[in-house]
Amino acid sequence: MPAVTYVSADGAREQVELAVGTTLKDGALENGIDGIVAECGGNAMCATCHVYVDGAWIERLPERSEVEDELLESTASERTAASRLSCQIKVSDELEGLVVQLPEEQE
Amino acid sequence: MSATITSDAPVSRLDPFSERFLNDPYPPHRELRDAGPVVRLERYGIWAMARHEQVHAALNDPETFRSAAGVGLADFTKEKPFRPPSLLLEADPPEHSRARRTITGVLSPKRVRSLREAFEREADALVERVVDQGRFDAVDEFAEAFPTKVFPDAVGVPDKGRENLMAYGNMVFNAFGPQNEIFRESAKGQDEVREWIAEMCLRENLRDGGLGADIYEHAPRHEMGPDEAALLVRSLLSAGVDTTVHGLGNAIYCFATHPDQWAAVHADPSRARAAFEEVVRFESPVQTFFRTTTRAVEVEGVTLPEGEKVLLFLAAANRDPRHWEEPDRFDVERRASGHVGFGSGIHACVGQMLARLEADVLIGALARRVEAIELDGEPELKLNNTLRGLASLPVRVHPASA
Repeated sequence: MPAVTYVSADGAREQVELAVGTTLKDGALENGIDGIVAECGGNAMCATCHVYVDGAWIERLPERSEVEDELLESTASERTAASRLSCQIKVSDELEGLVVQLPEEQE
Repeated sequence: MSATITSDAPVSRLDPFSERFLNDPYPPHRELRDAGPVVRLERYGIWAMARHEQVHAALNDPETFRSAAGVGLADFTKEKPFRPPSLLLEADPPEHSRARRTITGVLSPKRVRSLREAFEREADALVERVVDQGRFDAVDEFAEAFPTKVFPDAVGVPDKGRENLMAYGNMVFNAFGPQNEIFRESAKGQDEVREWIAEMCLRENLRDGGLGADIYEHAPRHEMGPDEAALLVRSLLSAGVDTTVHGLGNAIYCFATHPDQWAAVHADPSRARAAFEEVVRFESPVQTFFRTTTRAVEVEGVTLPEGEKVLLFLAAANRDPRHWEEPDRFDVERRASGHVGFGSGIHACVGQMLARLEADVLIGALARRVEAIELDGEPELKLNNTLRGLASLPVRVHPASA
């Protein structure tokens, strides 16, 4: 199972192994990692599962859909080129070693 | 329908639209969940799913479980719909996608957040009023009073005739069930109601800068004309009022009947928003929606033929012990995310962030002022073929010492 590291806003790192097909949102929630709210349950409606994807990884992810792109305009913490919604990214073998940074605020 | 196809499926004689079922849906919900992943409802010749896994999966598979044949009992491929179908609720991709993009653009989380201040002013004034009264009907004077003011204000609907909103929503949600007595009663006097709604959907009647006017502004970007924009405004007016009223009424009912849970919200009013999420799970305002199969599909060993109506029990999924720990316990500290009270997938409630804002603001304001809520008489249900909510909820509130 690919290992994914979540880095909290204060710098704490937590590495977890996630089954292929799990979303980064569910991976955080199922492992008790704070910092993801996902109020809408993963339906790309709320922009409260915002993450920053580290460095070169952002290029390696499937592209944002128009809906995700539009929703990222509504994040509580600043949107950057590294911004993604974690409910829209599914874990795959290619993502082994992925590092995502959690924002200061989700709501 | 051939006998071999249904032979493996459990069969139930329950009538989910009977007064008996609607009065106390939770025991029959359990019966349906326990009967199997998919159950044949003999009375209507339809299928039912009541477990979280299957309900969630069907909601997220619109290619197999379509909406354009209607999300009620009526099959639009065989019966003429009572109104022009919704471009959102009763549509499939690719047509649905244009309408959906238009409305999600208008109802972005950012735009919804911008309404907070105006909502807070109304909520504070309303809470002030009911706290002064001490005893009041938490439906009429609270759960209904708030959304029927702030929602049409936000959409930009004029003041006159707003009482039609509740009547319209009640009828629309009844129309997803059979044409039973509950539906017929709600359909009385609807000609004038529908006429008013149709007028309110026209651009010239919508205030500049409101959500309704925004729909007209966004529509051309997604190749939608003014007639389609009017139908999208109709979606807001149909789905945005009764649902929220019932959600708020159910919230007060839950708090009045679980005083320890209200004490937790009162102790920390920032919990109001998460507490409302638990209300939507525990007493889901929208109990059911139908889908229609687009092909023969196998569900856990049972084959559903093409063109069959499938009734998805959102509320039963929200209390499925296969998914939730102690599902029948109302717990405001629970992480309720993942419930299907707002649906899921491409048809998930598009106004859900607006509903959460209304609830957050109103319940938060009440939590800051009120330390205890108690029942002050028997609550009365408002029976509806699709919705669960109250007609009346007499309560007494005890203000926190200042």
